[in-house]
This record gives sequence, C-alpha cells and structure tokens, in this order.
Amino acid sequence: MKKKLFQSTMLLSLALLLSGCELALFDSSGVTGKQMGDTILLTMGLMLIVVIPTILMTIWIPFKYHASKKDESYDPEWEHSSKIEFFAWGVPIVIIVVLATITYITSYSLDPRKELVSDKKPLTIQVVAMDWKWLFLFPEEKIAVVNEVAFPVDTPINFLVTSQSTMNSFFIPKLGGQIYAMAGMENRINIMANEIGEYRGISANYSGFGFAGMRFKAKVTSEEDFGKWLDGVKSSGRVLTGAEYDRLIEKTRDHKVEYFSSIDPLQFKNIIESFTGAQNGSN
Amino acid sequence: MVQTDLIKDPHVLTGKLHWGVIPFHDPVVAPVMAAAVLGGLLLVAFITYKKLWGYLWSEWFTSVDHKKIGIMYCIVALVMLVRGFSDAIMMRTHQALSTSDSFGEGFLPPEHYDQIFTAHGVIMIFFVATPLMIGIMNVIMPLQIGARDVAFPFLNSLSFYLFLVGALLVNISLFVGEFAAVGWLAYTPLSGIEYSPGVGVDYWIWALQISGIGTTLTAVNFVATILKMRAPGMTMMKMPVFTWTTFCANIIALVIFPILTVAIAQLTLDRYLDFNFFTNDDGGNQMMWVNLIWAWGHPEVYFLVLPAFGMISEVTATFSRKRLFGYVSLIWATIAITILSFLVWLHHFFTMGSGASVNAFFGIMTMIIGIPTGVKLYNWIFTMYKGRVELTASMWWVIAMLITFTVGGMTGVMLSIPANDFMLHNSMFVPAHFHNVIIGGAVYGYFAGFTYWFPKATGVKLNETLGKWSVALWFFGYFFAWVPLYITGFDGMTRRLQYIDNPEWQAYMYIAIIGVALIAAGIGTQVFNIAWSLYNRNNPKYKDETGDPWDAHTLEWYTTSPPQFYNFGDVPYINDRDPLLEMKQKGIAYKRPEKYERIHMPKNTWAGPVLGLLTLPMGFGFVWHIWWMVIAAVVAIFACWVKLNFERDKDYYVEVPEVEAIEGKFLKSNEGRSYYFEKNAKYYKKWKPSDQNDSTVVAK
Repeated sequence: MKKKLFQSTMLLSLALLLSGCELALFDSSGVTGKQMGDTILLTMGLMLIVVIPTILMTIWIPFKYHASKKDESYDPEWEHSSKIEFFAWGVPIVIIVVLATITYITSYSLDPRKELVSDKKPLTIQVVAMDWKWLFLFPEEKIAVVNEVAFPVDTPINFLVTSQSTMNSFFIPKLGGQIYAMAGMENRINIMANEIGEYRGISANYSGFGFAGMRFKAKVTSEEDFGKWLDGVKSSGRVLTGAEYDRLIEKTRDHKVEYFSSIDPLQFKNIIESFTGAQNGSN
Repeated sequence: MVQTDLIKDPHVLTGKLHWGVIPFHDPVVAPVMAAAVLGGLLLVAFITYKKLWGYLWSEWFTSVDHKKIGIMYCIVALVMLVRGFSDAIMMRTHQALSTSDSFGEGFLPPEHYDQIFTAHGVIMIFFVATPLMIGIMNVIMPLQIGARDVAFPFLNSLSFYLFLVGALLVNISLFVGEFAAVGWLAYTPLSGIEYSPGVGVDYWIWALQISGIGTTLTAVNFVATILKMRAPGMTMMKMPVFTWTTFCANIIALVIFPILTVAIAQLTLDRYLDFNFFTNDDGGNQMMWVNLIWAWGHPEVYFLVLPAFGMISEVTATFSRKRLFGYVSLIWATIAITILSFLVWLHHFFTMGSGASVNAFFGIMTMIIGIPTGVKLYNWIFTMYKGRVELTASMWWVIAMLITFTVGGMTGVMLSIPANDFMLHNSMFVPAHFHNVIIGGAVYGYFAGFTYWFPKATGVKLNETLGKWSVALWFFGYFFAWVPLYITGFDGMTRRLQYIDNPEWQAYMYIAIIGVALIAAGIGTQVFNIAWSLYNRNNPKYKDETGDPWDAHTLEWYTTSPPQFYNFGDVPYINDRDPLLEMKQKGIAYKRPEKYERIHMPKNTWAGPVLGLLTLPMGFGFVWHIWWMVIAAVVAIFACWVKLNFERDKDYYVEVPEVEAIEGKFLKSNEGRSYYFEKNAKYYKKWKPSDQNDSTVVAK
C-alpha cells in the first residue's frame, strides 16, 4: 500500500512535468505567455521541493509508528517540541517568502497593461465581446472583423477590450494572459507574438448559452501577409453601419467570420458610452 | 428543456406558472421526475402504513435536540450529495461525448448543460458540504464542551428548516420551470433580468437567500454556545480543537453571510423592481457584485474547511493514541486563517484589470495562508510521530486527506500568483484545484469525522472494511477524475464548455470518467455501509455499549451512544485538554457523583417546522410572481411568530429519579473497563497507577 501510494504520487507529478512541454501554456508563441508559462513551472517546481517530502512523511510516519510495531519510542504524553515547531512554521515561511518575492516581481513585470518593448510601432486593436462572438475593430485601418483577428509577428499589440453585453474574458492561450471584457469599461492587454501561426482565441469567462462557441482565430502573420489580409478585409466592401451593428448584437452561436471594410473610427468609444453616457476625454 | 423567459404578464392567480413549465417531454428530466414522484409516494405510503407520522412529528420534526437536528442535517446532505453527484456524472459524460465526432455536441443542449453545472456547484457547496458540516457540528460540538444543548434550541430547529426550504426550492426547480444557468455565483450582468429573464435565477436567489439566513442564525447560535455554555473549568485554551475550529468557522460565517444576504437582496431589487445596482447601464456596477460575492465566497471555503481541520485533529490524536501535537500552534494557525480569509477575495479576479499593485497584494496575502495551513499539516504528521497509529477507516480518511490536500494546497498557491493566474484563470485547472481542496480537504475531513463520530450519534459503529474500501475508491477516483483536467487546464481548456472542439482532449475526458465511476462506487459503498451497519445494530461487533468505542480523550465520549436527550447526567469539572483521559487516569470517570441535580430542558416546538416551511410558499411565490401566495405566507409567518411569543410553556425539568435511573445503567455498562493507558502504563511518565484513586486533585 505504502509503495503503491508513493509510486502513484510520483508518477502523477512526473507525468505532469513531462507532458508540460507539449501543452499550450508551456509552449507559448508569445513573449508574455512564455514568461508566464515559465513562472508556472518554476513555482510548481519550488513547491514540489516541500510538497513531495511532506507527502512522503504523511505515508511513512503512520507505518513507522503503526500500532502493530510496538515501537518503544511511544510517548503518549509528548505534545510539544520547540525544535519541531520551529521547522513547522519555518519551512512554510521560507517557501512563501521565496514565492512572494516571485509574485511581487512578476505581478509588475508581467502585468498585461505594461507596454512591451520593441523597435516596431505598436498596433492598437479594439475588441468587443458580443453574444456570442468577438468583434475586432482596427481604428487606424478603419476595418472590422468578426471572430477572426490578424496581426504581424514581433509587433506589440495593444488590445483594448470591452463588452456589448455580459462579462467575458479575452484570451489567446498560446500567446499570453487574458483580461475581462466588461460593458461600459475599457480594459487593456498587451501581447506580442514571436512565431507565425494560427492560434485559438476563446472567451474564458462563462457568458451564456453560446459561450462554448465564442471562439476566434488569431492569425499571426508576416508584415507582408498582414498587408494582404488587410487588403482582403477591405475588399469585402461592407460597411459596419448602425443596422449592421444591431444585427451583430442579436444573440448568435458559432458565428461565422465576417469582414467589414469601413467603420466609424469612434465606434469603440460609442459602444462604451452607450452604457456610461458621454465620458470626458477620449478613448 | 423548459424555458421561462418568454412568459410576460403574470396571471393574478397562477403568476408565471402554466403547464408548459413542467418538462413532461424532456428525455432526461421526465424519467427522473417520474421516479421522484413515485419514490416520494412510496415513502409517504410506507410511513402511513407503519403509522410513523406521529412518531416523526413528535420525536424528530419538532425536536429542538441538537443531536437529532444534526442527524437530519446529515441525512439531507447525503441525499443532496446523490443529486449533486448525478449532475457531476452528466457533466463528465456529456463533455467526453461532445469531443467525439459521432455524438457532435454531446447529449445535452446548452440550456440544460449550463443549468447542470450551476446546480452542481450550488448543491455541493450549499446543500451538501455546508449541511454535512453543520450536522456534525450540531451533534458533536455541544457534547465536546459539556453543554446540554445549543444556546438557542428553537433557533437551531428554525435554521434547519430554512436550509431545508433552500434545498427543496433547488429540487423543485428541476421539475417546475428551470434553474439558473449562470454559474454557481451568478455573475452580473448575466444574472440580471436583461440577460436571464427566466425564473432560473429567481430560484437561485430564493434558495440561497432563505438557506443563507438559516446559516447566519446557526452561526449566531454556535458562537453563543461556545462562548457561554462550556463546562466549568473549560477555558478557551482547553477547548477541543474541533470546537475551536467550529468557533472560528462560525465567526467567519457571522461576518460573511450578511454580505451574501445583502448582495442577493440587491440583485433581487435589480430583477424585481428594475433597480440598477449591477446592471450594465444607468450607473450599475457589475464589478461590485463580483467583489461582494467573493467577499462572501472566499471566506466561505475556509468556513467549510476549518471544521474539517478540527475533525482531522481529533481523529489523528485519538488513533495515534497520543495527545495532539502542538495544540497552541494549531489554535493560532486556525485564528490566523480566520483573519486572513477576509483579505484574499480579489484573487478570484486578478484578470478583471485591477493592476499590478492590487494583484500583488492579494496574491501575497493568499499565499500567506499557506503558512498556517502548512503548520497544521506538520502538526498532524507529528501527532502520529512517536504514536501507536491504528489505521482505522477514519485514519484512512485522514491520510487520504493529508496527501490530497497537500497537492491541492500547492495548486492553490500556483493560482495565487497573478502572473500564473493570467494563464490559468477559469481554465480547467481552477475546478481541478478547488475540487482538490474541497474534496481532498473538507469532504475527506468530514468523512473522517463522520466515521469517527457515527457511533456517538447512532450507537452503531460503521463497518471498517467497507469504510476502507470507500476511502480507496474516493482517493484513486479523485486523482483519475481530476489530474486529466489539471492537464487540459495547462493546455488552455476553459471551464463550463458545453462542447469541446479540440479532439486532443478526448482521451483526458474519458480518463476522467473512470475517476467519476470510482467515486460513484465510493459513494455507493458508503451508503451501503451506513445501511448495513444500522441493520446490524444489535450485533456486538457494531453496537457501541460503552459510549466510548475508541477509548478516546474528549468529553463527547463521556456519555451514552447515542447520548441521552440531556447529554450528561453530571457535567464534570474540566482541568485538562483531554478531560476524559484525565478522569480515567484519576479513576473518577464513570463514578456516581454525590448527588444528581434536576436538569432544565427546552420543550419541542411546532414553531421550527411551521415557521421554517412557510418560507417555501413565500420563496415559490416570489419565483413565479404569485403575489397572493407571498402575502399569505408572510402574514402566516408573522402570525406564527406572534403566537410563539405568547407561549409560556417552553421548558421543563428532568427530575432526579429519572436521571438516576438512566445514569445508573450507563455507569454500569462502563464498569470494569480496562483502558489503553493502563495496558501501556510504562509509557506514561506523568501518570502513575497510584493516581488512580486520588480524587482529591480534582477541584469542584
């Protein structure tokens, strides 16, 4: 029993670690995502240093001091030892101090609002969570796309995130963190991909019956392909009019990709202000 | 699945109700409904045939005896466990099927699946874990401190019925209308009237509001009981650890449940009277809801887990045949967790965008809780050290808990680091983590306590072999069910998906089903064990004759099993943290006191069930907008309350001859017992056999 328990625990933790390299969060194609994945593995590894011996003790001690052993060190009145208490408090304190330091540093260094360093000019993309689809607005290019977004590799992308209805969370697991999309509010997450590819984008906060299908494709392209993609969107010839936007507000599930070649540059601001009333300043 | 969002203009008599809201045609719900109605009728017929209604009414339903109320809590909790676990089976099979091409989107439409995960969370937290814990506290805590009952016996009965009404409303929603499909914490604005116009959220509101008020009253009751009704000599630092953790847990409940009550009241105003506390527009603030609900919700999990820690402490000390190691340390760790539990709620939404400083603060506060929790783990391990560990079924639960909970603690600290959480938030890693700590920490602890104290509550010991089987099935079942989901969490699989578009996760989903099957077998074994042991109640192997089957050290064992209605014929003076051991060692246990005194007891009352159950038509009327029903129920509640306040015949005395007769039998059954410490006398350095007749040392 003792051996079996021990082996299964070890195998489980080993399996977790080994399979790590293929899993989305540890195989990140984004700058922050890579560091976040590393932080997960680092903190887990640090804790396993304490957790594994603790589990082993939990299994070993009841067998060592099993009633059948008639161990002569039996001491039924022994209830205190300053030395052991020192370690009982000391070991958790040390590990938590180390982890708290990591927490403090990474809370700032990996804050999604922090601007990413690059010699390329950052690109702003506005994101609107709708029932149940994602609308992406490119204010500079004046285009809009539903359930698909493309951006060039190695370029800092500044996603501004809001919602037209319920609370959602904007998340591309392979690239980096996530941020809530809330109506009447603008949230912000900076992401920079360093590998070309097509990634899953999801909502990570349950938002109603169409939630499972609320996905988008995040296409990370070369500069050249990005230009082609923009041209493709622009050639669609559709305008995101008020009527078109009202159609998008309607609840739909597994919504198909849609392109709009022209938008109101203040669309994003107007969406937010439709909940809050007119705000001072600009978006 | 029935949807009620289209019903406008409620009828004066029937509100929003009509035949269409009963899911006669639903292939999943209709058979369950048929079975429930049939089962209910059979039960009623059986009770009527056996002429048990009178007995149940006078001995159980109207009882204010804390032990009987505790047992009723546990029974409802176990029934609801079966309901909540059925939801779990449906979720796991549905998700697994939804990954394969041949089944497309599984067998449940989102309108149904989303209700199931909401109901599962609500049921498991509010109607399984909470009542199982409160049930065990109810039976044991007053006994541990030598009290005759809780401080407010009628209030205790009322709390139980308020909780029961909450559970009934959740179950009624399965057959009449629909339940909420908004997640167990009903985040706004999704749970607002604009996005959830049906009655589902209203069921959620009234089930939680009514049972939540019951929990607040329980907390008042238990805190008052522990502060005011301890046996003479039992100072705070001589209280058993389980009583301490019960005390701290109820302090937490006392602080947080009013938050839940107010937040739900605000949501009620939003939904019923077009207020704008949490709406998207008109100045509403959805983030306020999320803060309030977690300001309740996070301390809530410590409310659930602290008493489990207490149970683990009692079981470990008893079966290690030792005093508990580091009592003072354990108490301070408990107090530290109590205080810290209020300072961490924001870690549930680092991704809301608070910014680095706020996130870092709450992240670090959260991981600091790991320190006192770690101390507790080491203290339990060192309680076994230098002991004579008897691996009974309850000790198996303890060891299963220590291992599983350590893993859960680790994943919890991982989530508390904001940088990690930006990746892991709302992924399957999160449910895997909180099931790891709630099953592995709280539930295993409750089962350890349940097995340990079952003979105290019923007079019957559970079967050890069956008990160990259920531990093994749960233990391996947990890891099979949740390790695959931890891994899919690492792969970016988010929670609450009604269908899964990534075929790579199929294998993990199927492995998880194996785990669910093992846990189901574990639950089956437990239910069978309870039935089997009770069936064999007169078999000497199962019967607890002495009231102290484990030769334990604390006061709850110093009475018959099950205890007399007045608990103790004579409450001893407490000198030690292990009072029963001390009395045994000094030879004063089970000795007739110089004289018995008459005992003051509360009378049973109709008011608990009547007042409590009248909130059912009130809640149901609110859900369906049947206003006459609401008004009638409220008027009736008020009338009953007035009548209750004019009643004078509420208590009575148990006279000395009756006490003497009962106690005489009890003392006789303990005559000539030999104790563990006597057989191992040489290991006791502070105790000498000559102490045994020295009763003068006990101050009275």
